[in-house]
Amino acid sequence: MNYQYYPGCSLEGTAAEYNRSTVALMAALESELLEIEGWSCCGASAATASSRLLSLALPARNLALAERNEALSDILVPCSACYLNLKRVEETLKSDPGGQVELNQVLEAEALQIQGRKRVRHLLDVLSRDVGPEDISKKRKKRLGPLRVAPYYGCQCLRPYAVFDDPEKPRSMEALIEATGAVVHDWHMGAKCCGASHITTEMDVGLKLVAGILKDARGADAIVTVCPMCQMNLEAYQGKIARQAKEPLAVTVLYLPQLLGLCLGMSLEDLGIDKNLSVTDAFLQRLT
Amino acid sequence: MLPSDELTRTQALMRACIQCGTCSASCPNEFAMDATPRQLWRMLLLGRTDDIFNSRTFALCSDCYCCTLRCPRGLPATEAMEALKRMAAAGESDRYRRHHAFYKSFLKGVRRRGRVNETELMGTYFLRLRSPLAPLRFLPLGLKLTLKGKVSPMPPLKRRTPLDALFGRVAELEEGR
Repeated sequence: MNYQYYPGCSLEGTAAEYNRSTVALMAALESELLEIEGWSCCGASAATASSRLLSLALPARNLALAERNEALSDILVPCSACYLNLKRVEETLKSDPGGQVELNQVLEAEALQIQGRKRVRHLLDVLSRDVGPEDISKKRKKRLGPLRVAPYYGCQCLRPYAVFDDPEKPRSMEALIEATGAVVHDWHMGAKCCGASHITTEMDVGLKLVAGILKDARGADAIVTVCPMCQMNLEAYQGKIARQAKEPLAVTVLYLPQLLGLCLGMSLEDLGIDKNLSVTDAFLQRLT
Repeated sequence: MLPSDELTRTQALMRACIQCGTCSASCPNEFAMDATPRQLWRMLLLGRTDDIFNSRTFALCSDCYCCTLRCPRGLPATEAMEALKRMAAAGESDRYRRHHAFYKSFLKGVRRRGRVNETELMGTYFLRLRSPLAPLRFLPLGLKLTLKGKVSPMPPLKRRTPLDALFGRVAELEEGR
């Protein structure tokens, strides 16, 4: 299946490797991604905290751009925060005709119109339900046999809209991890919050939340994420947290398409793994 | 929307709260809050805005939606937290200076160029904080990201998709209400 593609701002910067690995993996799975031309920021949590209308108008602009393409009905979104913001507009259009009128008044200023004809899909939704673990194991070139992998879902791809997985006890990543030949690390933190932007504005609180996740990941060779903010929080502060906790907590954190790409035989560079901040030597040794 | 209207609307969201505390028990940030989410909803329904905006509770909501998912009354608690953040921002309360500075810097960049440039965002944020020491905390990470070639020390000059028209129309519509 082919998709319209909304990468989001992080994937042009600090999450460049998420973009690279998503594009490379989908190409290897023979799925075409068509980037939405002229896409703009979804508003993240900043718009929600300043104006409700703006927090709907910013993602609505992107859905309106996507509606100009009649052929592709689904929009693939790798970032969980972008996904939630875009999804909220999709849901608003379904349930609130007054909201649609108001959004069209805003979009008129951009010479755009929105009807609600597109479906917003998270990358994990697409990988677990459209692609599926069978396809991954069929195309597998390298068994990631000795690896033990902790699936980290975070929040906003699961909640508040429970579209493709159980929002309390998600499991959609497990079959995908097993399809690579790796073992799933059994843990409790897969759907717990990483603190999101607390790391910038309330650093001590954010570090505590991340510490809890890293501690429960002990014994895993890698944590796998599906969100640039989770990824950054889990990998960028490991040294600081380990010093505070006075115990070693270094663990490799990969994006899900990076892990899947490895088992399809793609190189570290093809998948941007050289750009990750947390890849340990021990992990690289276990890969070879 | 006038702050008082927003208060009434937010109270309506949480009107059916039965004070069971499932939200507090589900909240990952509750340990750092002075008032628990359950207490916050009581203050909200009683209209005790001074107590609400003197607390750190809503500012510590990280939008994980656990309380919304589990509320036995099905109330949109996360949405109510967002509304309180907006009211605090409109009131420019000094307590949330860091949060406002971050959100304002973020939206300024989005309006100018349509997308967020992370270097520009952090630069504007630090300028708004007016604290010479603030950037130091983020310096090691900034250097790491620069060495990895993920961020550039200078934001691009080109403004890809300025969104002045969209931001302007939103402001017009909000004022007209």
